[in-house]
Amino acid sequence: MAMLEVEIWRGSGADGAWQRYAVPHEANQTVLDVVTHVQRYLDPSLAYRFACRVGMCGSRAMTVNGRPRWTCRADCPQAARKGRLRIGPLRNLPVIRDLAVDMAPFFEKWRDAEARFVPSADPPDEAVRPDEPERMAADAGIECINCAVCYAACDSVAWNPDYPGPAVLNRLWTLVNDRRDGDRDGHLDAAGAGCHLCRSHQECADACPTGLNPTAAIAGLKRETLRRTLGRLAPGRGR
Amino acid sequence: MRRGPWWAFLLHRLSGVALAVFLPFHFLVLGLAVERAALDGVLRWTDNPWVKLAEAGLVVLLALHLTGGLRVLLLEFGRWSDRQQSRIALAGGLALLAGFGFLAAAFA
Repeated sequence: MAMLEVEIWRGSGADGAWQRYAVPHEANQTVLDVVTHVQRYLDPSLAYRFACRVGMCGSRAMTVNGRPRWTCRADCPQAARKGRLRIGPLRNLPVIRDLAVDMAPFFEKWRDAEARFVPSADPPDEAVRPDEPERMAADAGIECINCAVCYAACDSVAWNPDYPGPAVLNRLWTLVNDRRDGDRDGHLDAAGAGCHLCRSHQECADACPTGLNPTAAIAGLKRETLRRTLGRLAPGRGR
Repeated sequence: MRRGPWWAFLLHRLSGVALAVFLPFHFLVLGLAVERAALDGVLRWTDNPWVKLAEAGLVVLLALHLTGGLRVLLLEFGRWSDRQQSRIALAGGLALLAGFGFLAAAFA
């Protein structure tokens, strides 16, 4: 049986080392299957996180051969390089143990930006059509599963701990474009200076497992925050 | 392996830093224009082919920073386009073209 040469990061916090395992290669094997094999048959002390295994829950993202990926939908032949797999925890988040990272900083930024729908006191009378530009812009970013793959891929997050990260800003952009939302200004305030820290490397868009494009969403936020600032500076429109 | 947009960012940042480092020298030469003789000396020095080559590099840096900057402005304040790789290639190509154009003119 063909074997995969697998290296997995073992350790807690900043300390740790790569440990080698030989895992039998099987048809339709995902990276998560490999990790599960190691934990069930080779080393039960391996810590990792997963839930649904079908790409809905966003709980089992890891770094596979240097790139953040959702392991449950990452095919082994595709992810492996010459039969080798190197599986580590996500970047930009504190490691709890082995492959499990502490997602708290990711969700805290989400909470701090109040990136959630605020029902409008004065909702639009007519129906929101699915083909209107704002709705299409919102729909383009709505399928986020909060897996933090973009957050791990992002250089701006690595460089600046205050940067909210692609997922939060992508969510804010969907809200800014939602005509039923009552706090457009609040969402733009939350995006505020943060969105301009994005350097448009597009790593998030490359890595996003559900095919979203946070870079495009953040570009939209940069545009709208600038437009709003210029609007406030325009004579007679002071606020 | 890093991709196009990251390299575009890196080159834009490095060309900006390099140009900023060059600026004081540029101002020094401009200052010499007041004293005619000194300026003539500098201009004679720039006739050296190696200096011309270095100047071509400077032209590429400037063009790279210009086209790269326009690309960023277009990306951030224009409508989103999925053709970012093509734009990066265009920006880099134009910058190189400017450099070769300068060399062609210098050694014509």
